[in-house]
Amino acid sequence: MWLSFSRSVQRLIQPQYVLLSKVCVHKVHSSRTRFTDGCYDGLYPGHIHTTPIQKALLAVGSGVAALQNPYRHDMVAVLGETTGHLALINLREKMRNDPEGYTILTERPRIRLSTLNLSEMSSLPDGSFGREYCRFLEDNHVTPDSRADVKYVDNEELAYVMQRYREVHDLLHTLLGMPTNMLGEVAVKWFEAAQTGLPMCTLGAVLGPLRLNPSRLQQLFTSLGPWALHNGRRARCVLSIFYERRWEQNIEDLRQELNIEPPPVILSATKK
Amino acid sequence: MAASMRLLFRRGIRLSHRNVNVTAAGAPGQPAGCWEPPSCRCFSEAAGDRSTHFGFETVPETEKAKRVYKVFENVAQKYDTMNDAMSLGVHRLWKDTLLHVMHPQPGVRLLDVAGGTGDISLRFLEYVCFQQERRKRRAARSMQAPSWQDISNNYSTEEEEDGPQESRAVVCDINKEMLRVGKQKADGLGISAGLSWVVGDAEELPFDDDQFDIYTIAFGIRNVTHIDQALQEALRVLKPGGRFMCLEFSKVTNPVLARLYDAYSFQMIPVLGEVIAGDWKSYQYLVESIRKFPDQEDFKGMIEDAGFYSVKYYNLTGGVVALHSGFKL
Repeated sequence: MWLSFSRSVQRLIQPQYVLLSKVCVHKVHSSRTRFTDGCYDGLYPGHIHTTPIQKALLAVGSGVAALQNPYRHDMVAVLGETTGHLALINLREKMRNDPEGYTILTERPRIRLSTLNLSEMSSLPDGSFGREYCRFLEDNHVTPDSRADVKYVDNEELAYVMQRYREVHDLLHTLLGMPTNMLGEVAVKWFEAAQTGLPMCTLGAVLGPLRLNPSRLQQLFTSLGPWALHNGRRARCVLSIFYERRWEQNIEDLRQELNIEPPPVILSATKK
Repeated sequence: MAASMRLLFRRGIRLSHRNVNVTAAGAPGQPAGCWEPPSCRCFSEAAGDRSTHFGFETVPETEKAKRVYKVFENVAQKYDTMNDAMSLGVHRLWKDTLLHVMHPQPGVRLLDVAGGTGDISLRFLEYVCFQQERRKRRAARSMQAPSWQDISNNYSTEEEEDGPQESRAVVCDINKEMLRVGKQKADGLGISAGLSWVVGDAEELPFDDDQFDIYTIAFGIRNVTHIDQALQEALRVLKPGGRFMCLEFSKVTNPVLARLYDAYSFQMIPVLGEVIAGDWKSYQYLVESIRKFPDQEDFKGMIEDAGFYSVKYYNLTGGVVALHSGFKL
């Protein structure tokens, strides 16, 4: 009995995936791996092996840290990675079953300033997806490069799904017409929770409203919230869309294709 | 004669090869005959061939210093918070023990190498201040009924007495970010007299010979690429009679405690690093570098090899931390 207990403890402490060979690749995009110059330890650049105990501790710790200080995006990211294993598998299945999603999984596009041509996109006609996205970035003073890299997902493909989810978040704001203030973020979180089922989104959706003032809360519960949930459930999987090839497409057409209704309330991009 | 021979000998060695590891002359009476030629690892000038450990990784020696610099640059802001979180505040007791064993008196000069955020130096100044107050109080108590002679003597000695300013602490660190954080902390506490902040490499200190009464290095020596060089520099800058003191993580002797300590180090500390400081890898390096450092006896041998006498160590918290002390004679 003691032997089996100690063996199970050993298994919890030993890392699950032991990729001993170092992989050297040319780094095309700069990432936050300060300790590697072209060579990385792990399944993908930035991957850190963690044992189940460490993942559990990280989940709890990052949850507490994110609640204390919601501006710590890295903690929200870590919470998502450590708790989202089943949801990521689900999402990957959805992507595989969709032809466009399958293309994304094989081609692995990344959305960042070095791959986007913002000047070209902002010269597109008004109402096109690219133009609206540029407008969103300008109005809310955000950049697509502010997303943290994935570190704690122990599967290379699932790590890409997670990264894609993060990078698509801003595009989702554009599609839903939500600004980056607290109310807009909560509305997007509700949509994402219904769509992806990631525990981090669900937690954000439940705890986010606690920071809203009563009038906004009312807006959320009466119109925005139900709209977000309803659309989240019926919309096509947003990760399966190859946005990089659809900049010229009219945003209303894109919304119809994805089965998303336009927002019931137009929110302006006000500072939080 | 023996002392000057030793001095000339040491100067000659320093001029030619910095890396030579000289075993200390045994009895002062026979300086020239006792030294053995060191192992020739220093003569290959192709330093890129030599590699050392960086945590559990093997890196070229030239790269280790750079990577250690980056680690501490990243963790400097949250360094003190992380220390409290990782050791549950016990690091304060360790540093207090160092000060108590040191028992500095007013008027000594301290060199705190790898002093970073200034924990040791600030404690030193506080301790010395306290000693100063005690002396004053004792002096006052013994002068309950002074004669006119005593009172007139007191007037003349009051200007010469400047205890806290006399005791000087120099914080030396290779990392500017850590010094910056330390300086901010000291300014916040309003302590500036008797404290200086110097950028310097422990393997090549920017000080003259025989300058300091006490040399301390707390939780820094395991990050140095050539520990023996750092020890030799320590010997050089200390005055004769000066004391070398080193606080460092060491080997836990008790096997049960060792297993718990290992589990805690490897499971908990990087997680704390990620959650509090947003940096997993720096703290992974930290726990790995602790395992790569020599144990109490080996380190004691290294200190003796550098030329210190009366070297002894004290185990704190069951061997988690060891306090090594040696004297320059």
